[in-house]
Formats: sequence, structure tokens, C-alpha cells
Amino acid sequence: MHQLLTDQPGSKMLLLGNEAIVRGALEAGLAIAAAYPGTPSSEIGNNLFQITQDPSARLYFEFSTNEKVAMEVASAASAAGLRSLTCLKHVGLNVASDVLMTLAYVGTRGGMVIVNADDPSMHSSQNEQDNRYYARLAGLPMLEPTSPQEAKDMVIHAFELSEYLELPVLVRTTTRTSHVRGPVVLGKLPDSKKTSGRFEKDPGRWVPVPAVARIRHKVLLERMQKAEEKAGTSGFNITTGSGATGIISSGVAACYAADAISELDCGNQVKFLRLGMTHPHSEAMFLDFLEGLEQVLVVEELEPFIEDSLKATAQANGIDVQVLGKKSGHLPRLYEFDPLQVKTALARVLKTDIQEPEKPDLSSLPPLPMRPPSLCKGCPHRETYMAAKEALKQLGMEENAIYPTDIGCYTLGLLPPIQMADYLLCMGSSVGTSAGFSAGTDQKIVSFIGDSTFFHSGISSLANAVHNRHRFCLVILDNSTTAMTGHQPNPGIEFTPPGYDHPRIPIEQVVRGCGVKVVEKINPYRKKEAVEVFKSVLARDELCVVIAEAPCVLYIKKVGGKK
Amino acid sequence: MKSMRILFTGVGGQGTLLASRLLGEAAMAQGMEVKISEVHGMAQRGGVVESTVMLGGIESPIISEGQANIMVSFEPLETLRALNRCNRDTAIITNITPVIPFTVKLGQSEYPDISQWMDFVSTQFKMVYAFDAESLAREAGTSKAVNIVLLGTLIGTGRVPISADIIENTIREKVKPGFVDANLKAFELGLQQA
Repeated sequence: MHQLLTDQPGSKMLLLGNEAIVRGALEAGLAIAAAYPGTPSSEIGNNLFQITQDPSARLYFEFSTNEKVAMEVASAASAAGLRSLTCLKHVGLNVASDVLMTLAYVGTRGGMVIVNADDPSMHSSQNEQDNRYYARLAGLPMLEPTSPQEAKDMVIHAFELSEYLELPVLVRTTTRTSHVRGPVVLGKLPDSKKTSGRFEKDPGRWVPVPAVARIRHKVLLERMQKAEEKAGTSGFNITTGSGATGIISSGVAACYAADAISELDCGNQVKFLRLGMTHPHSEAMFLDFLEGLEQVLVVEELEPFIEDSLKATAQANGIDVQVLGKKSGHLPRLYEFDPLQVKTALARVLKTDIQEPEKPDLSSLPPLPMRPPSLCKGCPHRETYMAAKEALKQLGMEENAIYPTDIGCYTLGLLPPIQMADYLLCMGSSVGTSAGFSAGTDQKIVSFIGDSTFFHSGISSLANAVHNRHRFCLVILDNSTTAMTGHQPNPGIEFTPPGYDHPRIPIEQVVRGCGVKVVEKINPYRKKEAVEVFKSVLARDELCVVIAEAPCVLYIKKVGGKK
Repeated sequence: MKSMRILFTGVGGQGTLLASRLLGEAAMAQGMEVKISEVHGMAQRGGVVESTVMLGGIESPIISEGQANIMVSFEPLETLRALNRCNRDTAIITNITPVIPFTVKLGQSEYPDISQWMDFVSTQFKMVYAFDAESLAREAGTSKAVNIVLLGTLIGTGRVPISADIIENTIREKVKPGFVDANLKAFELGLQQA
């Protein structure tokens, strides 16, 4: 049995934040979930997927081809009255944002939770955008846990809040709340739950043609008013301590603030608000908090989201309080915080000194060799890269070649000795940007995309490339899995995880179906043949696709090489 | 109890996460407040993998410069890299078997002379346990048990208020059956190093 199906209410388990989120959803009676993997959210989908292997869980979960599709699956399930969930990383919400913005208008029926994992400091991401702004942009409630226990409790509450407001609820984690492990007290799993819904037609609600959308926007604003009332009484907004200095914080930053208050022993000088519901904020609650304060330090990672709201509230109500944070230079807008940084900022605000332990003198240490992540021993991607490089060299094209790349393990082809990753924006961008380079330069273009990323967002760009006569060589690195995020399946896989009986869509058929005329397959481990194939296609001045087929070595170890 | 910050550092594939998880599970079994942070994702592809175990009610999951009470390092270069997280009173437990980064193999940088720099560590810190954990792991039956050897030494120092029995029980419960015996042996060998 999966550990998250343990039916012992009251017992304690040491769970990862992401596991606690799954447990919360199960306790809340989740019926339908869909996701595309992305660190730091991936363990949510992985656990949901494993749980579906147990029929007694009565859960439907799918790995969808991308975040937009996953959110559409969850939205429709909710419209049919079922509790649904999708989870994604911050940039995944960009992909799904087209759904999100209008889903806010039509709203939901069954409780719907969107778990969004941000990645301050970009541990595994191409940017560190602050997705709290999506809550404001779409007009949706957002909750932010500080610990695994709170993550579980919040997800359960989020389903209830969603049904009360008839809106999807965003639960935002960051890497440090997704990947922290802590004790979680298990609640009860439901005896019965609704797993089959019924969609009641109501075009005046569910079909946002302009006339309907105008009405629904008004409904959304009314609901946000109700959400603000809820924020004013939310048990996840917790105030402690008292004094003329205030601190407002949320997420993992609230943990740093709490530790700083305890280490500086200043609980009697500081009024501390842990904000669990970060959108919308309750103006009444902010005003109540500001009562008697001379200064407030806002401790939040990334953008001044709470800081700006607090300033606006103070200004609109004529309150003379100093709001400190990003703009005052107490804390940075860049990267994730660390505990000492927050403690130092608080000490500065309180005009006290910090007692630090004596540090060693490390000035004589030599420069230490870096240890960047690299392609695994035996990884087929390396073989493909080296074969393409060799072919370009033999053709005398290496100097003039550019390599648009994509998101996956193979982005590590950036590093020496391969150095074949020149331009990257987002999932699927290798194909679209190759088209731009093809139109705008005379350089030889060889681009790389993985199998899962190709299904995620490479197909429509490939159709575009055919239709608009772009000339480049696209190499599809087909390792039969989504390797980087922990080996999730995708529609093209030949090697399936146990119990995974889904129709397969061979990549070659998709590529030919898009109208690509020159399509070759290689086995990257057969080096001579691979180089010859590359030489033949690279000599052509037209769109070519090379599919390099060889399963991920780690994945094969895991599933035992079963076709 | 006094609160405590323990830093685990190593290279992807060395079992850093299992070691911190076992310690955390044992701490919880002993009724202590515990929080662990883990690294997942890209770094696991041969990069530096760090985890932390916080005991006694610390809410912050990560450790700032100079703040670790104990550092357990699986690889000597990573020991040097993480020294800035330690202070003079930090207890350091470190394996001395190098895992050579590919940047060294490619000739882009030079791997430091470990015996020289381990001597340096011993002069800068009051409590240092530096030894070849890999040969002890092999003696226990698998070179992969470096993590468990070091966990044994950590418990052996007596700096963490968790008993060896509880860790052994946790190993029996949480480790795959085929590896339990080798891991218990590795734990025992590690204990004796303290």
C-alpha cells in the first residue's frame, strides 16, 4: 500500500511538503487530478500517479502532455462537480495561464485546487518569477504554507474555500516548502467520495462569449469581495507578540522571521503576522494589525507583493507608519532568503546587535573545483551530441553552427566538452526559435528537444516550421521518459512503467504527420552510423528531423528494460 | 533540549538524503521536534547535494553561514566547500575519499591536496573526525554505505541526543530489506570511529 493511503488518523508521519499536499487532497476526497511534472512540484504528481495503482484509492490521475491540458482536465472535472487538482511549477503556470484567466470568470463547482511551486534562487528553473502576481492578475485566492503540516491543512481548507467561492484556489509553495520534510498528523480518509460527476449545461455561465464574460467578470469581483472577508477571519493568518514594530511574513520566510524573533528574544517588542492567505488580503485585518505600530518590516521572498499592498492600505487610510522591506533596502528582491539575512534585517530595524559565533579563517583555502550537474555516465544524449558534433566537423560546418536547445537533462549539453546549447527560452522553444534563426540568419541551425518536451510544446512549432518553409535540423532526443523530473511517462514512450497500459504515439508518425519530409532515426550508441546519418541530413538545406532513440540509462535500471 | 542544526553534504548518488531522512525519522520516533530540508532535481545529476536536519524546534529549514552545529560530509572537497557554514565550535565528521568532479577530469581545475587540507581543517575546528568511510563501508559489505558509516560516527560522538538503538530500528524499518544487514554493520563501524 502507498504510504500516503495509511488509514491511521492521529498518527504522525515525516512527510515532504509535496507529500503532505497529496495527503491533504486525499483526505479532502480528491477525485480527479492531472499534471505535467516540473521541479519543485514533481513529487505531487509522482505520488498521485503511484496512488492510482491502488484501486481502493478511487482516484483518477493523469500525466497530461502539458500544464495547460492538465488544468483543462481539472477544470472540466470541477465543472462536473468533482473535487479536482492540478499542480505545476511556476513557469508551468505561464503555459496554463490562458486557462487560468478565464477559469476565474466561469468559476468552478467541485472544489478545485491549483498547487503552484515557485523556485526562488532558481535551483531548477530558468527564471524566478513571483507567481503571487498570478493570483492578483487572475483575481483568485491564494494560500501559502510554511510547513508540511500546514500544507496538508491548507489543501483541505482550499477545497472548502473553492466550493464556497466557486473559484479555483491557488496554493503556492516554494522550493523550500515543497522539499522540506516534517511531522504531519494524519487525518481521516473519507469513507465515501464522489468520483463520478454530472455536468449541468448552463451556457450563460460556462461559455464566456463577450456577453457572458461581461457578466462573469462582475461575478468574479463580487466573489473576491467575499474572499477578502474570508481572509479577514482566516485561521491561517496568525498574529503573535506585541510592540511598536511589526513584521509581516509568509511562506518559508515566516519560518526565518519566527526563528529571528526567538533568537533575538524580541517577542515583547515585535508584533508578528504570519500571513497564510496572501491573496486577497483583508484591508480590515491590515488596519487592525497596523494599530499602534511605528514601523513594519515585510519579510517576503522575491517581489514586494505584500509590501506594496500594505503601503497602499496605509496610504488610503491616512496611517503614518514606516513600511520597510525591499524598497528600503532591508531585504533583497533577488533570490531566496536565508535565516541570517532575515535576522540581520530585524536586528537593524530594532537597532540591536547580533551575537555571532566565532568563524574560522578560511582565507587560505585554494579555489575549489566546481561540481556542476552533468549528463550521467552512459547517457545516450552525450552520444547523440558527439555524433552531431563530429558530423558538423567533418562537413566543416562546426564554426558556423548554432544550437537552439530546450528544457530537460540535455540542457546540460551547455557544458564542456559538448557546448552545444546556445539559446533557450522555455519548454518547446528550440523549435520556434530555430524558425526565427532560419528566417534571420545564414547560420547552420541544429536544435535539440527531448521526447516529453516535444509532446509538451514542440508539435505546433514543428507544423509552423513546415508550413513556413524554415530550414533547420531538429534532433529529437527520445530517451523514452521525462528523465529530469524523475521519469514520468509521456505519449511516445516505448518502455513503460509497470501497470502503465496507455496507447503509444510514435514520434516518427507525429513528425511525418506534421509534413516533415526528411526524417531519420539513429541509435546514438552506433557512433559511425549516427555520424553518417547526421552528415547526410546536415548537408541538406531544408527542414530535417533526426530522432535519436535510446532509453535513459537510469530509467532502464528502474523499470528493468521491459518493452 | 537545545536546538541544533546539522548539515549533510555530498555528491549526487552518495545517499545524503537517506542519511538525513533516517536521522529525522529516529528523532521523530524519540519525540523530538524535527525539520529536514532536501535537494531534489537537477543537482542530483552529479552535482552537490545538501540536506539539513534541524532539531529542537527550529523552523528554518536551511543553514546560513557559520550556523551549523555539526557538519557531516560525504566527500572531502565538499567539506572544504561547506566550511563557511561552520564556526569554530562546529563538529565536523568527514569522509576523506574523493569523488573527482568532471571539471577536474577535463583539466579545467585542480583537486586540492586532501591530506594537507584536512590538516588545515583540524587546526581551524575543535572537533574533527576525518577518516576513510568508504573502506569501512566496503568492510560492511557495500561501498555505497558511506552515508550510514558517517551517520554511525555522528551518533557515536554523543553530540546528538538520539540513541544508537533508535537509529538501528529506523534502519530496519526504512531501508530496503536486502541492504539492512550491511547498513547495520556500517552503522556499527561508524559508531566505533567516534
